[in-house]
Amino acid sequence: MTAAGDRLGPTLFERSHAGRGGGKVPHPPKDALARIPADQLRADGPHLPEVAEPELTRHYVNLSQLNYSIDTGFYPLGSCTMKWNPKVNEWAARLNGFASLHPFAPDELAQGTLQLLWELEQALAEIGGMRAVTLQPAAGAQGELTGILMVRAYHRSRGDMDRTEVLVPDSAHGTNPATASMAGFKTVSIPSAPDGGVDIAAFRATLGPHTAAVMITNPSTLGLFESRIGELLEAVHAVGALAYMDGANLNAIMGRFKPGEAGFDVMHINVHKTFSTPHGGGGPGAGPVGVGEKLLPFLPSPRVLREADGRFRLERPGERPDSIGRVRSFVGNSGVLVRAYAYIRAHGAAGLREVSDDAVLAANYLKSQLAGVLDVPFSRHCMHEFVASGASLKAETGIRTLDVAKRLIDLGYHPPTIYFPLTVEEALLIEPTETESLETLDGFVAAMRTIVEEAHSDPELLHSAPHSSPVRRLDETTAARQPNLRWKGMTGEQTPCPD
Amino acid sequence: MAYGPHTPDDRAAMRKAIGVASTDELFADIPAAMRASELRLPPPESEAELASRLSRLADRNRVDLVSFLGAGAYRHFVPAVVDQLLLRGEFYTAYTPYQPEISQGTLQTIYEYQSMIGELTGMDVVSASHYDGATAAAEGALMTCRATRRERVLVSRGVHPHYRQTLCTYFGGADLVADEIPLVAEGPASGTTDLVALERMLADPERPVAGVVVANPSFLGLLEPMAQAGRLAHAAGALFVAVVEPVSLAVIASPAAYGADIACGEGQPLGIPLSYGGPYLGILACREPLVRQIPGRLVGMTTDIDGRRAFVMTLRAREQDIRREKAASNICTNQALCALAASIYLGAIGPHGLRDVAAMGAARAAALEVALAEAGAPRLHPGPYLNEFAVRVPDAAEVHRRLLGRGVLGGLVLATVEPDDPSLADALLVCATEVTTLDEIEVFASALRDEIERGRQLGLPGIAEASR
Repeated sequence: MTAAGDRLGPTLFERSHAGRGGGKVPHPPKDALARIPADQLRADGPHLPEVAEPELTRHYVNLSQLNYSIDTGFYPLGSCTMKWNPKVNEWAARLNGFASLHPFAPDELAQGTLQLLWELEQALAEIGGMRAVTLQPAAGAQGELTGILMVRAYHRSRGDMDRTEVLVPDSAHGTNPATASMAGFKTVSIPSAPDGGVDIAAFRATLGPHTAAVMITNPSTLGLFESRIGELLEAVHAVGALAYMDGANLNAIMGRFKPGEAGFDVMHINVHKTFSTPHGGGGPGAGPVGVGEKLLPFLPSPRVLREADGRFRLERPGERPDSIGRVRSFVGNSGVLVRAYAYIRAHGAAGLREVSDDAVLAANYLKSQLAGVLDVPFSRHCMHEFVASGASLKAETGIRTLDVAKRLIDLGYHPPTIYFPLTVEEALLIEPTETESLETLDGFVAAMRTIVEEAHSDPELLHSAPHSSPVRRLDETTAARQPNLRWKGMTGEQTPCPD
Repeated sequence: MAYGPHTPDDRAAMRKAIGVASTDELFADIPAAMRASELRLPPPESEAELASRLSRLADRNRVDLVSFLGAGAYRHFVPAVVDQLLLRGEFYTAYTPYQPEISQGTLQTIYEYQSMIGELTGMDVVSASHYDGATAAAEGALMTCRATRRERVLVSRGVHPHYRQTLCTYFGGADLVADEIPLVAEGPASGTTDLVALERMLADPERPVAGVVVANPSFLGLLEPMAQAGRLAHAAGALFVAVVEPVSLAVIASPAAYGADIACGEGQPLGIPLSYGGPYLGILACREPLVRQIPGRLVGMTTDIDGRRAFVMTLRAREQDIRREKAASNICTNQALCALAASIYLGAIGPHGLRDVAAMGAARAAALEVALAEAGAPRLHPGPYLNEFAVRVPDAAEVHRRLLGRGVLGGLVLATVEPDDPSLADALLVCATEVTTLDEIEVFASALRDEIERGRQLGLPGIAEASR
């Protein structure tokens, strides 16, 4: 094991000292486990760290300070929508009535949360132009799986068993093809046209009686609205397939485009993107799915229902026999959904439309300012994000997009998403969001200018960046070849004494 | 807008720089025929109005009852330090650590989470988290199919019904088969996984089994014959998947000790609020040889170019953004913040504290068993349990409903989640944890005694039958 560096402290295991900590819960009677057969009992207690509260607190606070976050700075990570996470939402999710409600609480005890979930379903259906919404999926990727499983159930319910393919544009998120595989479909990749949209001719040639669904991200992962969307949807429905909208980028089009109205049959929504729920270092999120009329019977169970007398209840097991069933335990990530609900109620219709307008305005502004600094492959107006490319910079200086990204860290910014979409060489996917001020955006542009100048004047500075971060570039090869995935080194005083 | 910084002047400046007269021009790519109808939503609210609305909604929930409800989600004491630290914006407003140089906080905490769950389960590899216990169990079962290249798993009926249903949804999608192992109907082992049936199901040469999934404690709270079930699975060339409850692992045998290949379960009891079902924490862990089959993110220890210790996401070739349709799963976002909560909880409570939590739950449950039996609700199964068990209550649904009126949430009416199992028709699943007090047990028992007596006097059919 290597020693921790000057900025990284020891692990909690190394901080452990037998006999420290405790005092959180009362001690049980000595014979509490006497009735349990010995062969069911654990021989040796788990070797978990023993630390006192002050040291525990410093451990985590110091670790937190090694993170870059929205609360500390500009985070233009394209396709991830790192917008502001309102503090009132955190407060709301922690209200005792929400946080302490058991998921098996009878409906009559859960009226507040059920009402909130029901109203949220209505709001999301309205925003998406969908007939109904399920809040059950735990994340966007699970929403995709839920949607594609409903597609599968729909075709099967009609005796249409030959639809084995799902069409996915080559610019799509990796979750789309991975989802199609999980739902038993073969993925067929559709190439992009030079303007960044779907290649219509190739698309039509691929569509056929074997097509179950087409998954389209709109706006696309290039940050472009698919202007031929009407033609695409018509072609999909003409062959009896269904249109899946990856709603990852719904944050760009609220109040401007309702996918359900336009003809999409199903769409998932990432609430941590459009509706400001925190990303949490990689979750939790929630992935509500909206459906049109055709998929209504197949929604996962249970749904939240409102009775004629205004009371709310959960659907009972077996109440809707065509449902695809459950995709997870209980009703969904309710604690996350409280935050999404709070965000929607804070904005209202005009506010949400303004969110999208400002996100698009900020992205186009940033694109206009960076146009002379880096390559910007698609000149048309973008939506909430845009792709820049370091291809020319690399040709001129040998500096790769990775080096640019790492140098941005030194200048105080989180880098954009890099090398995605896969269809653009040396890509940087940049998403400013609507919650960043003009001064912040200008500061970022100035930083990019500085880096491009440095690429010409002092390329080594970029090759070896970052210089100011808690650690420098990592040895990822050794990490993968000789994986060290857990601490096994508690020794001597660190090891807890037996009970 | 509620949270944005832009003034009308800022917007005008941006439009000018872009070269458009109005923001509408930026949306010109949306075909005219497809522009949205008017968005109809309730009007916006100031933070003060919103806070008041949310408080009223929260207050409409009733969380003041004396509760004996568990069934997969458990009330526990959570030390104050857990939430205080979770509220660090550097943790909860960061994203997936794609840039490790400025994400060492998240990466080290995930590594420590993997290590702590590794200690509890005895497993070598722990994923950086899944959505919940149900999806972790489904992913664990799918791993067995990939690893053995077989297409059928056997799932004990003692596994939580939501997990079984989720597993069926996932397996149906993948065109794989999940068959149910029945429970023993009577005798000293009643309610536990039927090993004779398991052996018979494993013996079918036409339908080889990839994995056997058993929960310990089971959904009904019973301790299962894990070692025997694991041996039967291995003898048939199948992998053994244990569904576990993490607090219990402080005192009961670890999956590694009884030879499980994969451990999965619900991490909610580790300091995560009930929140009506989520966000929770899917625990998924395995032995080293299965490392390339495990879905979800993994964090490893390595060094930076200056030789200093550092952490990084690793073995990424299993993941959807690299492998696309060939990935181990489509999982992308996980439950990192819940994994952090679990780590802080374990750090705060410590190894002895965790044993105290588990043992105190067992002690309170034993007191509950005695009190309920005296009130006329004996246990349904005779075998050993830790802190949760089923009791027979005549007209369980009606009694449960009437108890609510007396301020008691008397566990779960088992027929509501297992409607097809006649043996659970008149039964409640009840649990105690370290926060259950002896006074609460007395309140429950006394109310239950009254209600059973009342039913008997009214000659309610279920109760009349039970008293014969």
